[in-house]
Amino acid sequence: MKILVCISNVPDTTTKITFTDNNTQFNTNGVQFILNPYDEIALARAIELTEGGKGTVTVINVGEVGTEATIRKALAIGADNAVRINAKPHDAWFVAKQIANHVNQNPYDLVLTGRESIDYNGSKVAAMLGELLDIPSVSIIKKLDIDGDSAIVEREIEGGKEILTITLPFVAGVAEGVAEPKIPNMRGIMSARTKPLTVVEPVNVNTNVEYSHFENPAARGQVKLISSDESAKLVQLLHAEARVI
Amino acid sequence: MAVLIYTENATGKFKKSTFEAVSYAKAIAIQSGTTLTAISIGEVRIEELALLGKYGADKILQVANAQLKNFINQAYASVIAEAAHKENADIVVLSNSFSGRGLAPRVAVKLEAGLADGAIALPEISGGQFKVKKAAFSGKAFATVELTSTKKVISLSPNSFQVIDKHAEGKIEEFSPAIKQTDFRAMVREVIQSTDKVSLPDAEIVVSGGRGLKGPENWGMLEELAGLLGAATACSKPVSDAGWRSHSEHVGQTGIAVSPNLYIAIGISGAIQHLAGVSSSKVIVVINKDPEAPFFKVADYGIVGDAFEVVPKLIAAVKEYKASA
Repeated sequence: MKILVCISNVPDTTTKITFTDNNTQFNTNGVQFILNPYDEIALARAIELTEGGKGTVTVINVGEVGTEATIRKALAIGADNAVRINAKPHDAWFVAKQIANHVNQNPYDLVLTGRESIDYNGSKVAAMLGELLDIPSVSIIKKLDIDGDSAIVEREIEGGKEILTITLPFVAGVAEGVAEPKIPNMRGIMSARTKPLTVVEPVNVNTNVEYSHFENPAARGQVKLISSDESAKLVQLLHAEARVI
Repeated sequence: MAVLIYTENATGKFKKSTFEAVSYAKAIAIQSGTTLTAISIGEVRIEELALLGKYGADKILQVANAQLKNFINQAYASVIAEAAHKENADIVVLSNSFSGRGLAPRVAVKLEAGLADGAIALPEISGGQFKVKKAAFSGKAFATVELTSTKKVISLSPNSFQVIDKHAEGKIEEFSPAIKQTDFRAMVREVIQSTDKVSLPDAEIVVSGGRGLKGPENWGMLEELAGLLGAATACSKPVSDAGWRSHSEHVGQTGIAVSPNLYIAIGISGAIQHLAGVSSSKVIVVINKDPEAPFFKVADYGIVGDAFEVVPKLIAAVKEYKASA
């Protein structure tokens, strides 16, 4: 079985988000970049599904040369090989088109993404890829098992879950619960340096979404502290002042 | 042109987030001087469909094909795209629900439309530009995106737009779309839905617990408080990582981002990753025994005290308030 895991290079979860150029660009100055946490879960499941010679795991990233540290991390965790599309990831549509182009030339049995990237949070690439490749896609899954040429997945819904059977190939956006992230061991780190990383030039894409402006949430006013013996006062404030109950 | 809204239902009933999206789509239709068509897929009773008219849909397309009873994003996307062509709709609106996230991108690709996901405000339309504000960086920032394509798809975040009763009526029509068998390579086997609990992404009030609660056995008081307030329960990452609560309750940067009217954080210190997921909450109450907990800096109301003393008192106060209201 051949599995493709799409990975994003994102700011570390502890990053304080600020902007430059009149709030039109994310300020990457001093920011530590990491493998998107959901993509780590997708990668871990892909490795589990192919263990013992049952297949190969390729990771793909749309990014400039600076993302190679993150790609090597994925190889150290256990991916067999990697592809980098040499372009700035303009938006989800641009990324999905690049990956679809790769998959059309190199078919896979299963394509995994994280449920969303923790920077732009779109949850868009998985479903766009499914549509571009004309195969099923399922966004935000909590469980994934392969059974011959089909899979059983659990999809998250509001207040519950759905169990689906899907014919391979398909695209899935992986969330917490599918697998535990893996930590690279010394052998993995050593072998990551020599595993194949192919760099491919991007195809032309007509974009239709432009990020025009960013802002940080407005600061809240000073907290009103209430004594622990005055719970009734808090309830009253929530009712009469905040009007939320 | 027209505006098309896909109205998601859960077992034949529309949720509040669907009505929010109808009101939002109606406001866009008014902005653009056009009409609003709603499309409902699956078994929904006529009285329920009529509610879509009440909130502003001029026309309601009902698709009752038995093959479309369960949500399959690939098949539903084909139906919505066909309806968009039929209605000559340039703007398609959906809810940014779990299902909506699997659906909106497919609809956008089919229509060659730019997609603004998770919108939190009405579009700004001026001088030929169409801009939509959305949350980004897991709640640490907002982004304004410009959609430059002729056709546009917008998915609306829950709890971001007020439901407006237009006291109107819509015309209900049957719609029989083409069915492509290759759209059904995924099949729903089972739907497991708890009907007695408030779902976290839709909740207007959320009661959330952290490591300060010391163990899963102490969640009873949180559930009692949540029950009294009609709230959903949630937790911080260390709590779901420890297996005290399910991952589906984890609020934060790598969990669910919520935007309730009221978020009550109990025994959560307020790490930057957790704060990201709750920053869109309208009012935040923090209960923590550590007066230096970072959560107090972003709270509207706070009680410094031990959860095991404060929460039972709060429960008593809410009961008293409910009895007098």
